[in-house]
Amino acid sequence: MIPTEWILGLVGGLMIGCAAAVFLLVNGRIMGASGILGGLLDGTGRGNAGERMAFIAGLVGVPLVIALVSGAPDTNLTTSLPILVIAGLFVGVGTRMANGCTSGHGVCGISRFSVRGIAATLVYLIAGGIVMYVGRHMLGVI
Amino acid sequence: MRLLVALFAGGLFGAGLTVSGMTDTDKVQGWLDLFGAWDPTLAFVLGGAILPMLGAWAIARRRQTAMLGAPIPAPADPVIDAPLVTGSALFGAGWALAGLCPGPALAVLGYGGWPALAFFAAMTAGMIAQPFLPVPRGTRAA
Repeated sequence: MIPTEWILGLVGGLMIGCAAAVFLLVNGRIMGASGILGGLLDGTGRGNAGERMAFIAGLVGVPLVIALVSGAPDTNLTTSLPILVIAGLFVGVGTRMANGCTSGHGVCGISRFSVRGIAATLVYLIAGGIVMYVGRHMLGVI
Repeated sequence: MRLLVALFAGGLFGAGLTVSGMTDTDKVQGWLDLFGAWDPTLAFVLGGAILPMLGAWAIARRRQTAMLGAPIPAPADPVIDAPLVTGSALFGAGWALAGLCPGPALAVLGYGGWPALAFFAAMTAGMIAQPFLPVPRGTRAA
């Protein structure tokens, strides 16, 4: 018996992939969350700011509507402010330096057989695994 | 039209993240916790997302432009450089600490309460600061 969570993961994953496919084939854009947001913040995306804002409106708005209709799913997000701030800074700086995150390098890059996308994904998975091991099993802070 | 497509793609991305459980930081951190209670859900999400994109890239390779006229984004030079590796390692560390990457950070922004806002604020600060920070040098052809 396959756990329900795996099936939901696959279904949700297919939805994410279809969203990326529509964004690519209709608008000619890579669906990378860090690039779409980061370009708005540092001004490099000024030329298509409206498209970026529309994408973010959907990405924030639809989960909010789902939460309002059927109850907010648990995020289980830590309530340690120092951890949240350090993690957020690392994610913000790291994804902009590497020019991509899980959606851009992971979903869009791997499926294009992009060397950079595959390399980036391997590095953030390994780094994440190491930090998780040290943070949870050695230091107990995660 | 581009704006409507972007809104739709962002919304479908957000719905997929919610359905797949990637807005639950326990599942993401569980995936990275190889030496604890390992949770393989993320592999189903990533695999599910890559499937439609394999088809999308196969179509995109035969076209010059997307349906609304924009050029299909050219692939980056297949170079694994220091910013890609360092940035991805930083990103992976932050991802493990909080269990959020940029897509889910936006998806939980509307209902995740103050921890979601704190992470988002730190992430955007990192994204704004990154162009002003030193970038590691060094390039190695893949």
